[in-house]
Amino acid sequence: MTISSQPFGHGLDPGTEPAQGTPGRKLGESSPSDQNKPPHPFRRDLTQGRFLIDSGLTILALTLTFLALVPLVSVLALVLARGGSMLSLELFTDLPPAAGMPGGGLGNALLGTLILVTIASALAVPIGLMAGIYLAEVASPESSIATVVSFAAKVLSGLPSILAGVFAFAVVVLTTGSFSAWAGGVALAILMIPVITLTTAEALRAVPRKLREAAVGMGATRTQTILQVVLPTASSGIFTGIMLAVSRAAGETAPLLFTALFFDYWPEAPFTTPIASLAVLIYNFSGVPYPSQIDIAWAASLILVVAALIANIAVRVVAAQAPSTQTRR
Amino acid sequence: MTTTNSPQTRGTLAQPPSTFEKLNDRGFRTLTRLFALAVVLMLVFLVYEITRTAWPALITYGPGFLIGSDWSVAEARFGIWPQIAGTLVSSLLALAMGTLFGVTVAIVLSQSFLPPKLEWLLTNLVQLLAAIPSVVFGLWGLFVIVPLVRPIANSLNETMGWFPLFSTRLSGPGMFPAALVLAIMILPTIASISRDALASVPQRLKEAAYGIGATRWQAILQIIVPTAAPGIFGAIVLGFGRAVGETMAVAMLIGNANTIQWSLFAPGTTLAALLANKFAEADPVVEIPALMAAALVLLVITLVINVVGVLILQRASRSLKGIH
Repeated sequence: MTISSQPFGHGLDPGTEPAQGTPGRKLGESSPSDQNKPPHPFRRDLTQGRFLIDSGLTILALTLTFLALVPLVSVLALVLARGGSMLSLELFTDLPPAAGMPGGGLGNALLGTLILVTIASALAVPIGLMAGIYLAEVASPESSIATVVSFAAKVLSGLPSILAGVFAFAVVVLTTGSFSAWAGGVALAILMIPVITLTTAEALRAVPRKLREAAVGMGATRTQTILQVVLPTASSGIFTGIMLAVSRAAGETAPLLFTALFFDYWPEAPFTTPIASLAVLIYNFSGVPYPSQIDIAWAASLILVVAALIANIAVRVVAAQAPSTQTRR
Repeated sequence: MTTTNSPQTRGTLAQPPSTFEKLNDRGFRTLTRLFALAVVLMLVFLVYEITRTAWPALITYGPGFLIGSDWSVAEARFGIWPQIAGTLVSSLLALAMGTLFGVTVAIVLSQSFLPPKLEWLLTNLVQLLAAIPSVVFGLWGLFVIVPLVRPIANSLNETMGWFPLFSTRLSGPGMFPAALVLAIMILPTIASISRDALASVPQRLKEAAYGIGATRWQAILQIIVPTAAPGIFGAIVLGFGRAVGETMAVAMLIGNANTIQWSLFAPGTTLAALLANKFAEADPVVEIPALMAAALVLLVITLVINVVGVLILQRASRSLKGIH
């Protein structure tokens, strides 16, 4: 059986196989009904083995792709359903419930996460930003320092987050003798620095070369060019990169387990004692048999997931806009 | 930057920078270099500090630390063989599943199977998986994956219990649920880096394959994937590195039993899970050095994997330049 088929999507697809669909047909032998239609070069026999295999593989691949999205949908649905039902004012103002008690909130954990992320950002943003500027604007791409720095940043960004905690434990907790928000902040900063460095460098590299040349042509030094022309142009990309790093740090648990620890009450001012965080709250409450604590864990998950989604969507929106307004340098 | 010195505020439009501006310029550029070097120093200091604190334990327990399987604070005997084995088994299981799905997703999203808009949407949705915190995956695994897998695991155990991999029931957390959630977590890493590798294969190669009569999948499997193979391999290596270091979801789902068992449904442990469970309440004199040594082992394993992965990717992108 010969079925005419249109090539999928674009012209250079498998349909472009001459004569495969019309095996053994010579010009003189065509049946009378075919006489008006010359053998179609884009015809093929879909029952032929290799095309069957082709369609089979396509169906299999599409099925696996959509299966791969099921977990995402399931996580989001469950977090929205179980966390969403917990939303109330008390959630943000109350302390977590004691074992077996109803109600309660996650106010101290939310505040703790904000404090930890603020400390981490104060350390990581300047370092990451400057290192990113160095990589993209100051160093020549072939210089050995630049190679080493970007290599170190890439390796650091693949570092297991718990090892950042181990490092902060060794450096801060063992030195000061106590678990503290500062130790947690240092651990999170180590995870944020490579992200900010690499996203800043990438955002700066997307700025068209023309702008730099124009600034230098006006008599600006390279520093003036960077600070007054390139950075403002790349600011949205840099800002979303920082947002991404912050949202990732907010969701990190492993580096906080033995640096910031956890605390059942509100954070206290010099932050030299253990401090609560949303992420550790989820971990602590995930294995308990008390429904009210598990509900609070889902509510904390909702806050972290929403923050992460907002940061990630912002990054993608900015990245999608960049190519249309800017040319490659 | 001092705005009074900016070119716009001066009388003429363009003029060479003043001495002050030149000094300023040099100062700023040196400053950025110092911060960039700080990133390198941080990595070096991190390795040094973990090695330094782990050293006493390394001296005391020697090679027996790697092959022993006790973790006893009272007797001061420490061995991390169950953790090393559990880390490798859970990561390799996750890698097998994650690679199958990740590379397939990368092929589908790079070879114009779908309309461009849908392709863009799915690419970003897969990346959103990477945005979900590990601890949330752990919570989801406890409430969704474990109840979902348990009946299947237990019926496999009843019907095929003679087979070593199914020789125990899944009572709650266990190796398989942990590996399954790990696979989901490393999927975005494998998919996005593989997709970059596949997308950078020159269009000409594909056209040439179609030109000599290849079907779509013949072109993909015999031309495009082999050309992108180094990049895909780099993606798998980096996915492996992520799986090895992943902590929270694994610590919540693997069961944290200090044993090595054949069964996929038995509880196990990993290096990262050991650190997560023991560190906060560890005895500072006896147990902390042992934990630091375990952290050093994890650091060495992940550093090697990540360095190899980054190098493979660098070499892959360089070798592709020859084809372009």
